Amino acid sequence: MTGFAALMARDLRLVWRRPADVAVVLAFFVVATVLFPLGIGPEANVLARIAAGVLWCAALFAALLSLDRLFAADHEDGTLDLLLLAPWPLELAVLAKCAAHWIVTGLPLAVLAPLLGVAFGLEAPSLAALGVTLLVGTPTLSLVGGLAAALTLGARRSGALLALLALPLCVPTLIFGASAVGTIADGMGGGEGFATHLAILAALALVSLATLPWAIAAALRQAGE
Amino acid sequence: MTKLLEVAGLACRRGGRPVFDRLSFSLAEGELLVLTGPNGSGKSTLLRALALLVPAEAGTIQWRGANIGADREAWRAALGWLGDLDGLKGDLTLRENLLVAERLRGSEPAAARIDAALATFELVPLARRAVRTLSAGQRRRAALARLVAAGASLWLLDEPLNALDASSQVAMRGVLERHLAAGGLAIAATHAPLGIAGARTLELRP
Amino acid sequence: MAQLHFLANPARFRRFSQRALPVLSFATALALAVGLYLALVVSPPDYQQGEMVRIMFVHVPAAWIAMAGYMLLAALGASLLVWRHPLAALMARGAAPVGAVFCAVCLLTGSLWGRPMWGTYWVWDARLTSMLLLFFLYLGHIALSRAYDDPGRGDRAAAILALVGAINVPIIKFSVDWWNTLHQPASMMRLGGPAIHPAILTPLLVMAVALLLLYVVLVLLRTDTEIDRRRLELAEDVRGVAA
Repeated sequence: MTGFAALMARDLRLVWRRPADVAVVLAFFVVATVLFPLGIGPEANVLARIAAGVLWCAALFAALLSLDRLFAADHEDGTLDLLLLAPWPLELAVLAKCAAHWIVTGLPLAVLAPLLGVAFGLEAPSLAALGVTLLVGTPTLSLVGGLAAALTLGARRSGALLALLALPLCVPTLIFGASAVGTIADGMGGGEGFATHLAILAALALVSLATLPWAIAAALRQAGE
Repeated sequence: MTKLLEVAGLACRRGGRPVFDRLSFSLAEGELLVLTGPNGSGKSTLLRALALLVPAEAGTIQWRGANIGADREAWRAALGWLGDLDGLKGDLTLRENLLVAERLRGSEPAAARIDAALATFELVPLARRAVRTLSAGQRRRAALARLVAAGASLWLLDEPLNALDASSQVAMRGVLERHLAAGGLAIAATHAPLGIAGARTLELRP
Repeated sequence: MAQLHFLANPARFRRFSQRALPVLSFATALALAVGLYLALVVSPPDYQQGEMVRIMFVHVPAAWIAMAGYMLLAALGASLLVWRHPLAALMARGAAPVGAVFCAVCLLTGSLWGRPMWGTYWVWDARLTSMLLLFFLYLGHIALSRAYDDPGRGDRAAAILALVGAINVPIIKFSVDWWNTLHQPASMMRLGGPAIHPAILTPLLVMAVALLLLYVVLVLLRTDTEIDRRRLELAEDVRGVAA
């Protein structure tokens, strides 16, 4: 546990010393979101219908942005070798790093998105649903993104390749997250309620938690060879 | 003297090409093995293979009579690593780096040992500066201090004298001699002579 | 010494493929001839969709093979990661583009099928959308395996991706099916086509076997190519070092 807590604390402290890194990601989220009304037109009912999908997609892209530095920084200064050599499971170290990434990326996005949802004309229950679904869904994004980051460590064109790998794997989370908000917003859920959608989102997160740390650790060991 | 480390028939490939084949050696308490050879001869790969960072194609590595594959975590706990990269976070202070490094090895840092390591390499006045503001030589000394503070039994050193000025090299030799005298083992890949009496040499050819 | 190690598996494979390819190619041609005859001539046109329903005889088997092809990538990935078989890496490199092409064929035939029926070249139906995502998974595998200067690193990274992707394929399919039922009222079209009855089943199965044989032939050919390519790379390195 010492190592896990120390690694999370270290990564959080590093972000604290460079808050601009987080601010940039959140600023991108806002800018990307704003592009949609500009591109589609500001009619209130259209915006209200696309709000959940747009905000979820923008959150996905924003979360992806910060991922390529997740392991690359450690790889470049040699601290990844020290993690590979630590006498406690690498899978736990991976979890610590993804958890820290979620705290500085997913969590702020889950808080910020409902604020932007107001601009899209969403009502209070939908805003709450948006925040909750992002809260439950973004850990999966951190884990899937962590896998893509580990697989592309040191590859050519790693930024675009990371997105190509991560986005298809994020589709289930996107679908259930956005449609969960849809069940509240316009009562459309194909007969299934918000709770069902949320439960599936949570199940996706748990499946990722149970499988991806091992895959990410395997990918990091490949990078160390 | 009982041999603590026994390596037999070690073979490694890197990028699909063979690097070394059928390497065997053993090391006892207090012994230093110096790896020499031209660039590309596999010195770094051998160190990484011993650290289990690179998988070996063939051969066995035994520590205290047991295969290291049987208990990898115990093996990692016994290792002290100094790679060609420093392993320091630029945005943390020197002292924070050493504390975190100890915690990432799974142990509570012993303040006394860290302070002693800082003092040995004359880093005490720099302890509260962010590592990114230090020179290459100062960072290398910090990496050495990290290694010393860890208190591991077997040191794996990749070019330990790199970027060090004369007085730091003296400090490094002193630290290494004390480590060996206390029963520690060390394997060092180096171009420059370490100047430690009684060191054995293993020459690698590409 | 180390060269022999590499050659052990691939050499045996080369001998196998040299014997198997002529037989399999003949079988493929035969099956395709029979299958196409059954599909284009013998099977009846659909009372609703007319002659266009015949595209299904390519579209559906292509979908099955594309899915099975990705599972093959996952199995080869496991073989590479667990036993470090060099042949597994080379076969994965060869099979991925073939699977991607079958995926693309499925998408294209689906698009062509939809056009005369609903006047549009793309329908966001569950199967087509799942196939599209599978196509992206294939592209990711192909790109990742070629993204490193050291091909072994690319092979192993792609192997991990294939394993994770294979677990995700059913999850993605489930979520896309869900998404499809959410957003389309019950009366909306499905690209599933008419119910399967015996007159259609036989041509479908024959075409499925024919396309599977075609897949196998193509994978064997491509694996041979990848073996040659890897041999060439190693030979160039040896010559380079000696010079």
